[in-house]
Amino acid sequence: MEWINVILQGVLVGGLYAMFAAGLSLIFGVMRLVNIAHGDLIVLSAYVALVVAQTLGIGPLTALIIVVPVMAMIGYALQWFVLNRTLGDDLLPPLLVTFGLSVIIQNGLLTVFTADSVKLQAGPIEVATIRLAEGLYVGVLPLLQFAVAVAVIAGLQLIFYRTAIGRAFRATADEPAVAQLMGLDNRHVFALAMALSLAVVAIASVFLAVRANFDPSQGPARLIFGFEAVIIGGLGSLWGTLAGGLILGVAQAVGAHLDPGWQILAGHIAFLIVLAARPQGLFPKVRT
Amino acid sequence: MPEALLAVRELEAFYGDFQALFGVSVEVARGEAVAVIGANGAGKSTLLKSIAGLLRARSDAITFAGEPIGGLPAYAVAARGIALVPEGRGLFPSLSVEENLLIGGQLGRPGAWTLRRIYELFPALGQRRKLPSTALSGGQQQMAALGRALMANPQLLLCDEISLGLAPIVVREIYARLPAVRAEGTAIVLVEQDVVQALAASFRVYCLQEGRVALSGAAKDLTREAIAAAYFGV
Repeated sequence: MEWINVILQGVLVGGLYAMFAAGLSLIFGVMRLVNIAHGDLIVLSAYVALVVAQTLGIGPLTALIIVVPVMAMIGYALQWFVLNRTLGDDLLPPLLVTFGLSVIIQNGLLTVFTADSVKLQAGPIEVATIRLAEGLYVGVLPLLQFAVAVAVIAGLQLIFYRTAIGRAFRATADEPAVAQLMGLDNRHVFALAMALSLAVVAIASVFLAVRANFDPSQGPARLIFGFEAVIIGGLGSLWGTLAGGLILGVAQAVGAHLDPGWQILAGHIAFLIVLAARPQGLFPKVRT
Repeated sequence: MPEALLAVRELEAFYGDFQALFGVSVEVARGEAVAVIGANGAGKSTLLKSIAGLLRARSDAITFAGEPIGGLPAYAVAARGIALVPEGRGLFPSLSVEENLLIGGQLGRPGAWTLRRIYELFPALGQRRKLPSTALSGGQQQMAALGRALMANPQLLLCDEISLGLAPIVVREIYARLPAVRAEGTAIVLVEQDVVQALAASFRVYCLQEGRVALSGAAKDLTREAIAAAYFGV
């Protein structure tokens, strides 16, 4: 029963990792852009949520109504004015620019908010639990977080495979020049993809901010977890990203149960095992 | 003289420092079928790419429906009502046959061409609509590329070597559909190395040779000798 509890906690936190990863995976899939600033954008979004919640005196989940559109607009502008200029055959310029962006965001946040760690308060929901079975309790918030993660992945899947904009994303990723012949402005398509990515980041950031303390330096660690989830799951598959997140979460939970100091290490070991045994990931989308 | 739908005047085109077109002038009237023939490297595809906006042109070099379109990016040219069937078809491998057709209609311009009509024109596509576009044969892919361009309900259809790599019987099958396209009032420019098919399908023909128009006239008026001379530059 104890182990079931451990696995369950791992699965639930895995949902959060999947949300970190989904935005990253989306951007790489659509425009081959590795966004080194992704983790820092999650942290930035958490601070935006903090400011919105404190200024307006609303709860973090209500704050999502403002934070999601704000982050989406930041994503559109970031892609349109900065990152679109870096796209080309070479993978290096976007890497360098987003690396620089990561440094700028971290230091900007440090200047404005200081290094003090902060946390979003969500009220009683933070400690509420549901009893699933004898000795098996699950927190309402982690359960909600997991449900939202599944909904986000399902929503992205729907957008990509059942809507016109999703077709536009996939077509532009396939053949950018031919996509132009369809009347699609690549700059606009890429900017919309980044807006979508940061909208997902916004949702993930609120759950992150409520769950634990955060400070400006937390970005890179989130990026690593996101990367690991994407690679474990397999590039190109959104459900694979969910699976990757769950595996990472469970590995960390198992490691933590054996020894609290092994939590992060256990996740990295699971990642290394997958990378060594099946480098393409567990559920890669095979393109013929 | 009715105003031409497409007027290309003294068009020059460069790939870096290499000049591919030297003052090419071409006209296409509404609903007309025009062939552009020439040997490999004559500049035929370059001409189509310049019209479609994939290659930068001087702003006054290309006029469409009275408006200068030279220098516009490809997505803006597509929005004006020009659809290019690119060389090599350029289908989207991640998309199914039907999705490829649907994205051709992305701009939502109303007109005669709907998914149903495309499937009527090309039944082979209808039977394979959910398959990935990569699962089609060469001829079917060409039909899909043509269908995708038609879904935009263009006023001008540019076809870049649609016979390339296809068996003659398949080429005849595809060309047999072109009258249905013209019946909707769409003008067509056919760039071809297959001279016979192109001439049979067009009213007028331009022959390019090393980036210049070597010969032009009504298809039925030009003799084989004149065409061969212009084609090969002898």
